[in-house]
This record gives sequence, C-alpha cells and structure tokens, in this order.
Amino acid sequence: MGYRLGIDVGGTNTDAAVLDEDHRVLAKAKTPVSRDVVSGIRTVVAEVLRKSGVDPASVAHAMLGTTQVTNAIIERRGLARVAILRLGAPATRAVGPLAAWPSDLREKVEGPSAILPGGVEYDGRPISTFDPEAVRRFVREALDQGVRAFAVTGVFSPVRNDDELRAAEIIDQEAGGEAVASLSYEIGSVGLLERENATVLNAAVSGVARRVTEAFRAALEGLGVHAELFLSQNDGTLMSLDYALRYPILTIACGPTNSIRGAAFLSRRRDAVVVDVGGTSTDVGVLVSGFPRESAVAVEIGGVRTNFRMPDLISIGLGGGSLVRVEAGELRVGPESVGSAILQEAQVFGGPTLTMTDVAVARGMAALGDPKRVSAEAGLLEAAFRKAVAMVEEAVDRIKTSAAAVPVVAVGGGSLLLPDRLEGVSEIDRPEHYEVANAIGAAIAQVSGTVDRIFSLEQRSREAVLDEAREDAFAEAVRAGADPRSVEVIEVEEVPLAYLPGNAVRVKVKAAGRLRGVEVA
Amino acid sequence: MAIDEAILDDLALGATVLGTGGGGDPYVGRLMAREAIRRKGAVPLVGVEQLPAEGLVLPVAMMGAPTVLVEKLPSGEELARVVRALERHLGRPAVALMSAEAGGVNSTIPVAAAAELGLPLLDADGMGRAFPEIPMCSMHLAGVAATPMALADEKGNLEVLETIDNFWTERLSRSATVAMGGSSIIALYPMEVRQVRGAVIEGTIGRAVGIGRVLREARSGGAGVLEALLKVTGGRRLFTGKVVDVLRRTDGGFVRGTASLDGIGPDEGSVLRLEFQNENLVAVRDGLPLASVPDLLTVLDAETHTPITTEGLAYGQRVELLGIPAEAIWRTPAGLALVGPRAFGYEFDYIPLERGEAGERGLQAGD
Repeated sequence: MGYRLGIDVGGTNTDAAVLDEDHRVLAKAKTPVSRDVVSGIRTVVAEVLRKSGVDPASVAHAMLGTTQVTNAIIERRGLARVAILRLGAPATRAVGPLAAWPSDLREKVEGPSAILPGGVEYDGRPISTFDPEAVRRFVREALDQGVRAFAVTGVFSPVRNDDELRAAEIIDQEAGGEAVASLSYEIGSVGLLERENATVLNAAVSGVARRVTEAFRAALEGLGVHAELFLSQNDGTLMSLDYALRYPILTIACGPTNSIRGAAFLSRRRDAVVVDVGGTSTDVGVLVSGFPRESAVAVEIGGVRTNFRMPDLISIGLGGGSLVRVEAGELRVGPESVGSAILQEAQVFGGPTLTMTDVAVARGMAALGDPKRVSAEAGLLEAAFRKAVAMVEEAVDRIKTSAAAVPVVAVGGGSLLLPDRLEGVSEIDRPEHYEVANAIGAAIAQVSGTVDRIFSLEQRSREAVLDEAREDAFAEAVRAGADPRSVEVIEVEEVPLAYLPGNAVRVKVKAAGRLRGVEVA
Repeated sequence: MAIDEAILDDLALGATVLGTGGGGDPYVGRLMAREAIRRKGAVPLVGVEQLPAEGLVLPVAMMGAPTVLVEKLPSGEELARVVRALERHLGRPAVALMSAEAGGVNSTIPVAAAAELGLPLLDADGMGRAFPEIPMCSMHLAGVAATPMALADEKGNLEVLETIDNFWTERLSRSATVAMGGSSIIALYPMEVRQVRGAVIEGTIGRAVGIGRVLREARSGGAGVLEALLKVTGGRRLFTGKVVDVLRRTDGGFVRGTASLDGIGPDEGSVLRLEFQNENLVAVRDGLPLASVPDLLTVLDAETHTPITTEGLAYGQRVELLGIPAEAIWRTPAGLALVGPRAFGYEFDYIPLERGEAGERGLQAGD
C-alpha cells in the first residue's frame, strides 16, 4: 500500500514512474506527448502500472508535472478574461494594469479594472482605508459583464495581506463560489507590476487549469487509480488539485524543477549542479539543500514581465538532436535540432542529418543504431564533441556560485552525450533511472511554505525578525499539507534595502516537509 | 529633438549605463513617462539658449528607496503638485523642467512630469551620472540652494522645505521621505535660466539617449558594440573578466559590497576588485587603484552588453568594466571633496581613469 505515481508531460515525451513507500523505483515508462495530452498520460500510466504489477487501487498519491499552462499563455489559447483589482489608491495610479503587455495577449485577457483604496507601506502602515463598498460595486459590475476570474493585487501585500483577503471574501460573497480570485501575495514578491502581471496571468489560466486537473483526475479514475492527486510547482514542491486550481501559474517551469529534484533524489545529493540534456536543449540548474536555486531576476512569460518563483536555469541549444555542420568554414553545433524526428533524421538511424547523437555513437559513447552510417570524418566528430563539452562547461561555470569544483549530476535522455570529466567539475554522477528523473522528481516531491516580506529592524532584533519569518514559513508548509514533524527550513535569504535609513530588510524563508500520511524511510 | 516613446526607451537604457550599477531601475519611470506621453504627447528636449533668461527651471526627481518605488508606484499627481507648490512659493511659473540625475530612474521621472505639465525638458542634469545624496550635484557646487524644495507623497501630503544649507536639506528631506513610506517625489534647486549655465551639466539627457541607441542597435544584431559604446561615451574598456566572488553588507542604510573579477582574454592573469556602495565606486587592479568615483564605472554583460546593477552582480558572469570620465566639474578640488574616493570613505586620492591605466602600463614596462 501507499505507492506513488509520478508523471511528467514535457515538450517531446510523457514520462511516468511508480515508486513504493520506501521510494524505490518499481517501474518507468516513456511515450510521445499526444496532441490532447491526456491520452498520452493514460497510455504511459497504463504501461507503468502493468510493468510494476502494482494494483491501481493501491496507488496513494499521484503527481503530475505538466507544460500545458505555460503553453496556453505562450500560444494565447483558452485564456479567461480577468477583472483586475488593485488596492493602494491613490498610490500606483501613474501606471495602470497591463501597461507593458503585448497587445495580442492584452486583448485576450483584459477585463474591467480598478485601482481602489487599501494596501500598506513597506513597514505595514496603511496607505489608505480599504473601502468594502467600492470593492463590492466593482465585483458586481465585473460579474454583470460575465467575468468570472479576478486578480487582486494590494500594495506591499507581501508585507501585509489583509486587504487582499478582504477583497477575496467580498468576491466570494458576491459570486457565490462561481468566480475564482487570484491573490497576488501568494504568487509573487515585492515589485507591484511584475506581481500583478503574474496574478492576472494566473487568473487567466484558471479555465485551462480546471480542464487539466479534471482530465488528469478522469484519466486516472478510468485506470482504477483513486489516489490523492497533486500538481508539481516550479519550486520543486507539490500542491493539491484545489490549490493548483487557485494558483495554476505556479506550475510554470515545473519540468526543469522536477528534473533537478529527481536528480537530487537519484544521486542522494543535496548540493550539486544538475545538467539535464534533452533532444533540443540542455538545462543547467543548481541544487541547494535538495531544492533548485531560484532566479533573482525578472522572468518573462509570453512577453510579460513577472517576478514569481522560478528555478535559476541556463538553457543552451544542445541536445541529442542538435545539428552538427560547417558553415563558412566554422563548425556549428545547434541550436537547431531535428527534435522528435531523430529516428528519421540521424545518420546512425539511416537518415541524412549529422546530429550530436551521431557524434556520440561514432565516438563509442552510446550504442544506438549503426555507427558505420556516420559519414563525417573523425576530425570533425572530435571537434564537434569538444565544442559541445565546452558549451556545457561554460554553462556549468556560469551557474555555480564559487570557483571551487562542484559535483554534477547528469540526467535526461540526451545525457549520454556528456564525457566522464568536465572542467571545473569534481565528479559526474549518472544515477540509475536518469532518463526519467523528471517523473521521479514529481513522485518524490515535498510540500512547502514560503515567506517573502520586508521587515523593519528599527525596534526589533534581527533574530526576532528571522524567528517570525521561520515560524510563518513553517505554518505555511503545514497548511499546504506537510507533516509538521518533518518540516524543516530549507532556505533563508536577507536582502538589505538600499537608500533607506532605518535598516529595513527583505527576508525570504522557505520551509518544506513530507506529505502528511505517507511514511517515508 | 522631442522625447517620444522610442526615444524614451533609448533614454532609459542609456540611463542604466550612467547609473553605474545604482540609481534605481528606470523601468517604472519609463512606464510613467510612456503613459504621460501617450496622453499628452512628446516632450520637447531643449537647450538653455532656447529658454527665456528670466524663466524658472525646476529639477524634478524621485527620492528614497528604488525597492519601494517598484512596489508603491506614484499616483502620478505628485509630479504636478511639487512643481505647482514651488511655482506658488516663488510666485512664478516654470518654463522648463530638468533631471537632477541622468543615471538611473531619475532620468525618466522628469520626462513623465514634463509630459504631464506640457513643459519642455532641459537637456541637462546635475550629475552626469547617479549619486546618492542631494548635495552631490553641480548646482550645489555652483552655490545654488536646494531650497525652497517641495516633497510630495502619493497620499496627498506635501511639504515645502527652507533650510540653511543643502546638507540640512538632505537630512530633513530624507527623514520626511521615510515618514512618507520610503519614497517621495521632489522638486528642488529652483533656478532662473540665467543661473543655469555653469550650474548644470548640459547635454546629458541627449547623451543618455545616444548611449541607449547604441545598445539598442547592438541588441538587434549590430557588430562592434563595445567600440561604438566607447565612442559615444568617450570611455574606455578597463577590464574584461569573470565575476568570481561577490560580498555585500549593510552599512548605515546603504548596501556596500565588493565584487572580485578574474581577468579573461586581454586581461588573463590579472584580478580586479570592484567596490560599490549602491553605485560602483572603486576599481583596484592587481592591488593598485585603477579608477574611482567620480569617474563612471559600469559593468556590462560581455555578451549582450546589457548593464549589470550592483544588485545583479553574481558569480560566473562574464563582464566588461567600462570606465567613462566624469564631467569636468567633478575633477576639480571642490568636486573631488564632495564626491571623490575620500568622500565615500576610501583612503586614497582620486586617479583619473586615463592616468590609472598609464600608471599600470608603466609598471608593466618596468617588470
């Protein structure tokens, strides 16, 4: 009893893995992503259950990592119109909502908007008094226009969220459960426009999220799996389907995160650089205390500047399908790739195109197809190999935080391209099951809570501030479903604020723990 | 020239080079100015000679923490209110607005104000870069009083200050800004046009626009970016290296820190230490001072040539350190007393960046 099923829907393949309660991998499977996504999930889950011999009814938890929400935004498909409420007037009126959005996305998403009183200063003092009647009028008008998705952003809500919560309560009262309200304090950190953008995107994909979660549930029920269901989020932890329905934007970039977490689990490392080589690109990320390091800079999604949590990644155009050719006397590797057509295009499989897979096979690094079919001369193959190695070495060097040599964990189907030694790397670990590290990362994920607020150190000690932040993060994790006995603080970050006397400091604390009700060795 | 949306984008980009790693991200100011330009039209950028001698010129700026500004955006009305308050106080209308600081967010805030009020913007500023305090500007050096000064917040609070000197202005307005929630909009250093010449640094807004244009053209695939950038700034490449360490600490409300760079390419074998306090202040190569404030030290991504702020410096980045000579007034004894290395707590004298290089070459020749 108590099996775990991890599923990862990526760009090319849908992967799945079944783990027992001691986190042993019982079976794994891979299938191409289907157009409707869900039939691919059904296929791969049926296969992995059959291979494992596990009774579907004894799967206790199923975790899905998927790119569908990201794709909806990039392709502008299935997006809901959003009523946008900002709290902080008269502050912030100088720049209205969606000011810097691409017009095609703005047209799809923009509903009624208002900037109303509320919000706080950096130290928690109110800017203006929240006006429940004004909010109620705005909500009614939006509902009358048929809008059912709301995005609420209060100034400095990462410091105090009271007004966002009051607005959500009014939306609930007026809509009677028919509408969804996205609250910015749960989505992003300090930086109003970026946080508001992420919150509006979150509300816009609420319909997509509902369809994804319903299809996921139905697919598993159809196979006799009645497990508790979770979606992976981009910080490497899980959210319940209920939470995912409210915060679908947090699934963006969960794929690379799952790979990094899977790499951590398979290699039993907590600190390392993870190199995930796919068919077209290589993602290089950093594992810190067992979790991906997060990016510090603004992240653009579909042309919109946001500031929510994302893994810090360097992506380079190098994968198993990368084209190798000489142009104007210069050797080039990638970024163009034959992608999922590798079985038709690569020379070892009888195709016409020289790819990095051909280079690896010809050099004896992998046993695939027929090495004799590779037409390029040995000198070119060596040069291509050295170039690919140099690309990976530079990416690893860019992402690590100190000059010391670091261990690398290599995962992903394309990682057979990597040599046994890399410059600046102490050792290369290629764990068993590396090719489905992402599905395993989804299966073993924990639940977390994060606090990211500005604190004044004027009348309190730094220790008191950190203690408060730790306690809040701990409580968030437990609220998200973590077993209190297993919760630990996994990240503490302090950023002093410039040009401000009074020693204000931005503190970010993240705590994570095992899911309640699951015994883990 | 008139500042329309396209020129505004160039201005914001160029201002990050002049911001020398600090001065606040011009992004919010750019959005404010863009909205104002869309509603009210482009802002004429004028020279001193185009303004009447007895007309009133008002520098307008944002004061406080950029971190607060990106969260608690202005209402937009503060800009007009501080200008109107000083006009009332002085009993005369402004004929043009001005940037106090061409580096960072205060390059674009006055554009928003000028568009809003239908006034031209004087092609000038008081620093030719970014500095952290009110007296660190050319108007102060020329003996112009920062007061009467108006400060406003987005709630509607407004204060007019009269002080005995510009250091008191800094102290009193800083504490008022904190009380207002960490950021405020200010109008200060009111001047008649006849006083302006010699008291401001002319042409700096046009200069920032030119720098931004070079970077934008580089982004769309232009070659020889660094050469073009050196030409438009009159600067020089001081070092090419890889960031191998960054240390930060708080000190009296300021973020101080040090970045260490290992030389690559032409600088292979050398190390560079870059000291910053909100802005980049001092570069030390192989133990010898190479360049320092008030000369401009800007770190650029070696590949994209995008300026990197002191907050954005991180291990592994491949960077070029660009040195731009400071405006002439900063190289005078009075200028150096105000913003030279000793004013920021360093125990050595200013070395003009062209001499720092010569000294180094001499040393190498003697090896």
